[in-house]
Amino acid sequence: MLVSRRSALLGLTAAVTIGPSSLALAQAATDRRFVVVILRGALDGLAAIVPHGDPQLAVWRPGLIPPPNGPDALLDMGGFFGMHPSLAGLHGLYAAGECLPVHAVAGGYRSRSHFEAQDFLECGVDRRVESGWLNRTVGCLPARHTPAGEAVAIGVDIPLLLRGPAMVGNYAPDGAERPQPDLYARIAALNAGDRLTGAAVAEGLRERDFSTATLSGATPVPGVPPNSFAGLAGAAGRLLAAADGPRVAALELGGWDTHADQAARVKGPLKQLDDGLVALKQNLGDAWGQTVVLVMTEFGRTVRMNGTKGTDHGTAGVAFVLGGKVAGGRVAGIWPGLAESALFENRDLAPTTDLRGLTKGVLAAHLGLDGRALESVFPGSAGVTATSGLLRV
Amino acid sequence: MPSRAVLRYSFGMDAQTTQALIRFGLGRRGTEAPPTDPQAWLAAQLAGPDPAQFPRFLPSVADGLTLLREQRRLHEPVVQPALQADMRAQTAELITTAAPFRERLVWFWANHFTVSLRQGDTGAVLGPFIREAIRPYVTGPFFEMLLAVMRHPAMLMYLDNAGSFGPDSPAGQRGHRGLNENLARECLELHTVSPASGYTQADVTAFAAVLTGWSVELNTLQPGFIFRQDAHQPGAKTVMGQVFPPGDAGGVLALDFLAHHPATYTHLATKLARHFVADTPPPQAVQAIAATLHDTKGDLGAAALALTRLPAAWAQLAKFRTPFDFAVAALRLLDLPTDKPPMLPGVLNALAQPVWNAPLPNGWSDRAEDWAAPEAMIRRIDWSYAAAAHLGDRDPIEMADANLGPLLRPATLAAMRGAGSRRDALTLLLSSPEFQRR
Repeated sequence: MLVSRRSALLGLTAAVTIGPSSLALAQAATDRRFVVVILRGALDGLAAIVPHGDPQLAVWRPGLIPPPNGPDALLDMGGFFGMHPSLAGLHGLYAAGECLPVHAVAGGYRSRSHFEAQDFLECGVDRRVESGWLNRTVGCLPARHTPAGEAVAIGVDIPLLLRGPAMVGNYAPDGAERPQPDLYARIAALNAGDRLTGAAVAEGLRERDFSTATLSGATPVPGVPPNSFAGLAGAAGRLLAAADGPRVAALELGGWDTHADQAARVKGPLKQLDDGLVALKQNLGDAWGQTVVLVMTEFGRTVRMNGTKGTDHGTAGVAFVLGGKVAGGRVAGIWPGLAESALFENRDLAPTTDLRGLTKGVLAAHLGLDGRALESVFPGSAGVTATSGLLRV
Repeated sequence: MPSRAVLRYSFGMDAQTTQALIRFGLGRRGTEAPPTDPQAWLAAQLAGPDPAQFPRFLPSVADGLTLLREQRRLHEPVVQPALQADMRAQTAELITTAAPFRERLVWFWANHFTVSLRQGDTGAVLGPFIREAIRPYVTGPFFEMLLAVMRHPAMLMYLDNAGSFGPDSPAGQRGHRGLNENLARECLELHTVSPASGYTQADVTAFAAVLTGWSVELNTLQPGFIFRQDAHQPGAKTVMGQVFPPGDAGGVLALDFLAHHPATYTHLATKLARHFVADTPPPQAVQAIAATLHDTKGDLGAAALALTRLPAAWAQLAKFRTPFDFAVAALRLLDLPTDKPPMLPGVLNALAQPVWNAPLPNGWSDRAEDWAAPEAMIRRIDWSYAAAAHLGDRDPIEMADANLGPLLRPATLAAMRGAGSRRDALTLLLSSPEFQRR
């Protein structure tokens, strides 16, 4: 059976009514924390980490490069690359050596469909399967049972990334009038035998109890709306930091499909991402030193600006590895160059790092997965080498 | 017990009638008279024009674009009230319609051709889009709907085609502007042939060139679709092995080709069968609908009728309700006035499937696994409890019987009978496994 694209993805502009983003978390018996952030819609890697030292950049996309000076100027990364001005928090992490951008990254998928590429990004396999690679990662870690059960999650749905045999649930902040516990119990009993609703209702009630208790007393991030991406990321930080909390989280943020007016439209999502990562780090506290965050998107965008001052679906883009022990403060990956002859199919940044290899490198170094475990997380990827040197030893 | 049986069937609905009301329809509204012949009832809804009557003050696309133009000129928020009125009217139709099968088809096709408020500044034209490009065509040839959709300003704005220029066109040369391939790609991938047909990047680019010049004119008395000859990429283009001439006609010919492509019939049949039969529909069901589309050159009314004649489409409770299905069915069950809360748009915000707000151009999922997450279920329960406060002095057991007839499970009936209050009893009905299905 094929797995569909998840559908209840919560995009940016619905923030008035529902969250702009979602978060799901899973449990494991480890002190290490692992967070995956999926940027749905294809972040333009060349807009986030700008190769302003490449002379071709201004030829291909003259209208899309931030100015060299002034308040909207690129943030200095030490020469060839500059960081988008909306990523000030991330730039601070970069300066502290805790942010590692990896450029010219792509998965093994090449046909530029958002929906197929997101399935691939989340399944980690070149065919659609019923579980996500992050769920299979949880399955490789020692299990543990806590008051919250096997897993806790925030957000109305669970992304494909975290679906699978390892139990994951979810939770979203809400303030509506609710039934009494007795009625909840009767409803759970009424659904108990049902294939679809039985486990979901029981799990939902259990996680809501745990998350509400852990997050009670204060909003996760003062002054930040709980349903914003930064609010959810801050909640994730608090839950992950708890001694009996979950250890694995998946966050998602939409709004990246910048086919038109990219220079203006990409600022908002970048700022939200930046605010969220800062809130996550802040609420993790000391656990930041035990945390790796991997930020990824389904593919990059065209090198050339299109006819509407935007970019179309491309191939290689940028990923970020963040955390207290990350060997950051540099741009990793092999820069393929922007010369016409270097472009993939004469339109896209050419991929030089396989996203699965980068992910395997994180799972091996941070979570201690061995070769066999990595093969179960990314079946058929034996030929893709795990990236080394991602963490400081 | 005979006396129980008398009560259970007091509204006279058999399982097939109930199944017609919930699978093909939108759930029974209050105690409206159930159809006496379900097959004939469904077929009758496919005959004639769309019966929905909307207030005359709702904007046409020209009105909507005029509002958008004035909003941009005067910086006055004039679009939002029109959008709200349109959304209220079209969602009220879901609750009150006497042709719920046809109305379900309207929302199915609107989801197939998703235009969302999330991008493209579509608020002024989204309501008109559904009334003008979807509603009139749900029982006609697919090509006619495809053409109406692709020429509608809403779609041209949502997927960026309005600003796509042929790089070698006069306007493209003057302004150094070029293609935007967004609409062309999604039309191939989502609306017509699907990736299964094997098209390439070159086909996407060529089709985008075919569609250059399909744009929106705002600054005129009757704003709307315009073919901008001076933005159109010159020369013939080859898409999936077919050569299309330059000009406006080339795009129409390309849509004609795509609408009648065998891969399109299979793609549409799969989506229809997934909606009306099962998440993973049996191949025979897909083949039967694809064959109907093929034999009728894409007649959507014939395909809908064929669906009602598939035995597999009558399997009881085989589809999990999306939040949309759930909320519509619950509001029809409650049968409250449609101009006061709880109103559908607010309900669907709470249940994370906001009206006309699909995150991406592929629209909302039609699969259970995307909607049965733990928090999503808890939200249904919480909303059910809130909605059950609107019970009034009605008997929830009678409402359950009227709504689900023989599909109401004894366990649910027993739980309702044991509930501490009528409100709790109705919450249990709305939270029962059978009410999550259609």
